[in-house]
Amino acid sequence: MALDVARIRQDFPILHQEMNGHPLVYLDNAATTQKPRQVIQALVEYYEGYNANVHRGIHTLAERATDAFEGARAKIARFIGSPSPNQVVFTRNGTEGLNMVAYGWLRLRLKPGDVIIASGMEHHSNLIPWQQAAAATGAEIKYIDLLPDGTLSQEHYDRLLSEGNVRFVALSGASNVLGTINPIKEMVAKAHQVGAKVAVDAVQVVPHMPVNVVDWDADWISAAGHKMLGPTGTGFLWGKLELLEEMEPTYFGGSMISEAHLSGAKWAECPAKFEAGTPNIADFIAFGAAVDYLSALGMENVYAHEKALTQYAWERLSAIPGVRLFGPRQPRAGLISFDVAGIHPHDMSAVLNAEGVAIRVGHHCAQPLMELLDVPATNRASFYIYNTQAEVDRLVDALLHAKEFFGYDV
Amino acid sequence: MTSEAQHPVNLSALYQQVILDHYKKPRNKGAVEHAVLKKHLHNPTCGDDIEVQVELGEDGKISDVKWNGRGCSISMASASMMSVALKGKTLAEAQELMRSFYNMIQGEAGNFRPLGEIQALSGVSKFPVRIKCATLAWHCLEEGIKEYEGGSENG
Repeated sequence: MALDVARIRQDFPILHQEMNGHPLVYLDNAATTQKPRQVIQALVEYYEGYNANVHRGIHTLAERATDAFEGARAKIARFIGSPSPNQVVFTRNGTEGLNMVAYGWLRLRLKPGDVIIASGMEHHSNLIPWQQAAAATGAEIKYIDLLPDGTLSQEHYDRLLSEGNVRFVALSGASNVLGTINPIKEMVAKAHQVGAKVAVDAVQVVPHMPVNVVDWDADWISAAGHKMLGPTGTGFLWGKLELLEEMEPTYFGGSMISEAHLSGAKWAECPAKFEAGTPNIADFIAFGAAVDYLSALGMENVYAHEKALTQYAWERLSAIPGVRLFGPRQPRAGLISFDVAGIHPHDMSAVLNAEGVAIRVGHHCAQPLMELLDVPATNRASFYIYNTQAEVDRLVDALLHAKEFFGYDV
Repeated sequence: MTSEAQHPVNLSALYQQVILDHYKKPRNKGAVEHAVLKKHLHNPTCGDDIEVQVELGEDGKISDVKWNGRGCSISMASASMMSVALKGKTLAEAQELMRSFYNMIQGEAGNFRPLGEIQALSGVSKFPVRIKCATLAWHCLEEGIKEYEGGSENG
């Protein structure tokens, strides 16, 4: 079913403003999405109606807060097909979840000679924690070759796995620069055949298409709430229960113990043992509201909308002389990175901004990938449920104006 | 419709013609024959990358300046204009020009006429995120001189 974009847009107050004299066109959704009033309202309702700490008070406000907070966890669990809400650990963002795996599991097991497999398309969040873990333990990190079309070489992946000692594989569900959607299920199965565990950075997948963690069979996945209509400061780490039970907490203190004595302490059950201290209560409740919003739209429909919009943008952008698009045409996530001959992304963004069009320019926290592509930076337009073809047209018009402005004839 | 009319906001304040001219026809790109100071700097947030080389004559004045790099129009034009302005100056005069440039780019008041065409970059002060682009080549000069003077004193 096609999304009713006009109605959706009514839910996003921020979209109804002018930017530099033009209606705002927000195409920086891979950085963070805008928030519907239902999410904003959830924050207001909590603070005006039942603000209290969770998991401790006996009074009614505390019960309401705890119910809403744990209710959000249950919604997220259903959203990704988790067998149990207890496998959903709340984090601040996608980066934190991956670091928790690095510190709480991987570093405690890696030995010199062990191998980690990652790739050059990774966001720094799915690269630096593993590089650090390798450096600290004497393990080696190997990178899957990137093919010219922006996909990972499955042949090379097979070869790396067959070379032995592979303990851990770090993958992105989708590249935040190339838009490449990796065949996660297949890659996870191959890693498991050699006894390696797999963590998936799913930050660019969970907001945009149906995800079922049981079907993927990855060992951990990390995602961010603020990239799927939720507030900043929210994310989650999903893990297989036996692995979460094996994993050590990263932070210690209140809320994460089952018993504490002067002689020592025992950890609480999952997920509490990973959530020391007072959590970001209001924001996770609002994250739950964001999941409700997306669930009501249907993730199949969200994906279909983004796919159609991205295809349209690809056709329009690729028809402009001097424009180079990165990554595979399809399948791809709802974003397009591109380079315009003679116009540095910073200059491009300045012109687009003057016309009310917000895109991201820079290295997108993927400097190794910029080196592989041999560009200092790229432009990136990323789409979401409220974006329209007319907005893609505005992007294209502004880009043509930029070419004219910098003296490159259209 | 002209470009000016397309961009009523402030683009023409940021991108004056002289900037676009230096961007498209950069002056003094390359390497000097006998570099006495040489500094390479990188701005990781936007990928701008510049190296500046300076040659001194027997009279202690800058006899040649060359630079290389890649980046946005602001950073490239700034490097190009700086290379033109530095020739024939002593290092002390170059530093004076540099301080004047920093003041202008921070939006401070003052007489910036000695900067000549470089004054075209004054609009950058209204775009805080671009200040780093405009100052990168000058930071190369600043640190290059520091290293050169440190080296001469030690030697």
